[in-house]
Amino acid sequence: MGEKKIGVFLCQCGGNISKTIDLDAVSQYVETREDVDVVKIHSNMCSGAGQKMIIEEAKEKGLNRIVIASCSPHFHEKTFKGTMEKAGLNPFVLELVNLREHCSWAHKDQPEIATEKAKDLVNAGVNKVREDYELAKKKIQMGNRVLVIGGGIAGIQAALDLADTGNQVYLVEKEPTIGGKMAILTKTFPTEDCSACIISPKMAAAQDHPNITLLTNSEIVRTVGHRLLFDITVEKKPRYIKPEIDMDQCLICEQCVQECPVSAPNKWEQGIMQRKAIYIPAALAIPFNYLIDDTVCLHFKDGSCNKCETVCPQQVIDFSQKPERIQFIVDSIIVATGYDSVEPSEKPMFGYDKFQNVVTGLEMERIVDHITENPPPRPVGKRIAFIQCVGSRDEQIGREYCSRVCCMYSVKLASLLKQAKPDKDIYIFYTDLRAFGKGFEEYYKRAQDLGIKFIRGKAAELYENHENKKVVLKAEDTLSRQIIESEFDLVVLAMGLKPNDSTEKIVNFLKLTKSSDGFLQEAHPKYKPVDTNIEGVFICGTAQGPKDIPDTVAQASAAAARVMVTLAQKEFDVDPQLAFVHTDICDGCQKCINACPKNAIVMKDGKAEVVEALCIGCGACIAACPVEALDFHNSTNLQMYRTVDGILEEKNPEENRLVIFADNTCTYRVADALGIRKMKYDIDARIIRVPSSARITTNLIVHAVKMGADAVVLGDCPAASSQFPWSREVAEKSIAAAAAILENEGIEGKRIYFEEFTAGDLVKFTTLVNGLGAQVKQFTRITEQQRKDI
Amino acid sequence: MAKKIKLDDKTQAFQKLVEDLCGQNTAKCDQCGTCSGGCPFVEDMDITPAELMRKVMLGQEDVLESETMWICATCNTCTVRCPRKLDVSKIAEALRQIRLRNEIDQLDIGKISREEIKELPQIALIAALRKLSS
Repeated sequence: MGEKKIGVFLCQCGGNISKTIDLDAVSQYVETREDVDVVKIHSNMCSGAGQKMIIEEAKEKGLNRIVIASCSPHFHEKTFKGTMEKAGLNPFVLELVNLREHCSWAHKDQPEIATEKAKDLVNAGVNKVREDYELAKKKIQMGNRVLVIGGGIAGIQAALDLADTGNQVYLVEKEPTIGGKMAILTKTFPTEDCSACIISPKMAAAQDHPNITLLTNSEIVRTVGHRLLFDITVEKKPRYIKPEIDMDQCLICEQCVQECPVSAPNKWEQGIMQRKAIYIPAALAIPFNYLIDDTVCLHFKDGSCNKCETVCPQQVIDFSQKPERIQFIVDSIIVATGYDSVEPSEKPMFGYDKFQNVVTGLEMERIVDHITENPPPRPVGKRIAFIQCVGSRDEQIGREYCSRVCCMYSVKLASLLKQAKPDKDIYIFYTDLRAFGKGFEEYYKRAQDLGIKFIRGKAAELYENHENKKVVLKAEDTLSRQIIESEFDLVVLAMGLKPNDSTEKIVNFLKLTKSSDGFLQEAHPKYKPVDTNIEGVFICGTAQGPKDIPDTVAQASAAAARVMVTLAQKEFDVDPQLAFVHTDICDGCQKCINACPKNAIVMKDGKAEVVEALCIGCGACIAACPVEALDFHNSTNLQMYRTVDGILEEKNPEENRLVIFADNTCTYRVADALGIRKMKYDIDARIIRVPSSARITTNLIVHAVKMGADAVVLGDCPAASSQFPWSREVAEKSIAAAAAILENEGIEGKRIYFEEFTAGDLVKFTTLVNGLGAQVKQFTRITEQQRKDI
Repeated sequence: MAKKIKLDDKTQAFQKLVEDLCGQNTAKCDQCGTCSGGCPFVEDMDITPAELMRKVMLGQEDVLESETMWICATCNTCTVRCPRKLDVSKIAEALRQIRLRNEIDQLDIGKISREEIKELPQIALIAALRKLSS
């Protein structure tokens, strides 16, 4: 830009500023500052006439940097950025100085000192603008490739919605068939329609869809990158069956199954039936094809058997298959990894591992599904008890939450059983029967009509009658205050839901956050229910928390819609006010990479590089960098130092200065609100607007004290409502380091601290600033020598 | 005739007294009955442990007339199983303390016969005296 020509425009704000602050005095002062070519005063700078004046002056005098001293940037930053564009100037070589809210209104009764303070603020603006440089918004292109992790009903629904709208979907499922838990359920509550009948058309549609690449028996083993470029690696386990080659393929003739000598529990049937080592995972499996379970197959155990290979008329058995790695790039990800049933071993008093007639809810789904067969694969006897809340609402095992589906699935299983076999005596032991959903209460009432007995009391323990293997249940009927000790042929534990291991893996890959119950944390429980803390990653289904099928499907469609919204933009703007790296200074120590909560820093040629599409501008990397190689556009280290210099330059040694680094979202707005309400606070306070407290480095704090600050406060939003919840942790580290340096010079470390503010904390702010002002006067004055020595 | 109870300052004061003695928030109780169902002595009690909890939650002082807290052996089965992590044994102990601090003993050492004293292990006597007398 060559020679620096700065124009300073002072706004009277129709008297709001000029009645308190002597703008002529400010004008005379600022005219003396280096590089300042023009100083003008106007009654209303935001008016058409005021803006016109700026534009004309800029063009006429060839100004290339502008300072406007008027109201809070939260009022007219947009207006004046527009003025800059009209003047043919980049909007980032503009500095706004807040003379109204932070000075004339807040210190109405101290016009003389307020004028001095105004000089400091304008001087800081001039110092900053001198170091400003042009910045441009960046546009980044996106594709339409989406990874959906998990092939249960949530993943299938999301994949279909996305594929139908023209997106390219990779649907990855770790089991050999898609369908998830829903396909295992016998029927669904409260309508009792067949679960498999609803889901199997969707499973088939997912397989046949031209826009869906289905990867079953596959797990994500690596993801790197960000919302434009998630680089995914999937490991596909071998099925040991050759894929179709030259029209030759497996005919599903079943000769291999008949020959296979191995018998193993059928996992999909929850172990109530057996299968062979070569098998089709389920009656309605998608893909419908054999695979060999290499954990039980004799060929893999000791090489003693290859009967299936011998008997196969198509020669499709291939024992030599190895796990295969598949790599692809996607623009967005939906995590639909589902849940697991809580392990019955977490509640040993129910003896699941010891008593043969105790089963889990999922096992009961399969038992009921086969109950009309003659004989049924797993008979149930005559008297059946359900125990509710096993593994849910239980602080003893750290699961405080309600699993939301167990009440209704027990009512459903009991009802189905009673309708199929009316001679059964069925009891449900419950603590609270929660029938909150549409049609649930009616369904519960219908179960009562069927003659199912509801007993209000949680079963405390079970023991087995060794002679007949029946199970004795002990509980209190809390309504009649009597103890029940009764024998049952079968006891069903209504197991709660828990996050599964796949979710845990994905959390680590993508740096997602979990809520206290261990399920995936949404970005906001009210208005961002399917977004996550990572841009471009969405969640749905039971991975986010226990829920029933309708809620899961609704959430899956919501997640798909959110992906569509993201991808429909085709390209997105990146705010240029982000972190960047001075590659000449960076020594490749990688501390910033660990500090970045968004995975937004990568190593390139031995130096750190900020991925602009990912950086959200929190500044945590800057505080972490030991050599000041990390920096922040429009809030660079140099710009911050010069601002601090400017604000403290005119300080007399006998005065005090409280420097407040105010985050733009909360703290700065508190000070604005105080001005608007004309609420006073210590006039020694000097507020500097920063993107977040995490951006403030130890060196900057120390520099402020060196230049004359008597106290330094870093203000930021409370973590719970902050867009950068980690700010406090980062800021407190910087503060501790700065305090140690000051203590070394005999200066009280207590002069620096962090404080949380919401934008409404008016009294907290005044109390703090006034208290700090008084406290600073109690301390021994910092000597010029001490400041020099720092 | 159904018993009528009042919920007033007096009942709240009794609930608070119990809570102060045991350090437990009795309002947490879900009344699931896990304590009663697993209690090895419940058949000898006049009211179940869950009912005792309920009476404390409602501030019903007549809970002090019940035998349940004296029969409680502090085996802690209820405490280790309570889904709300309430220490039910401590609540029973608080109720015993209210009685004992008013010098209402449940055991008169003089009424134990010489034969019984000879029969009983000494530790049982000591334990009984600690639990049942002020």
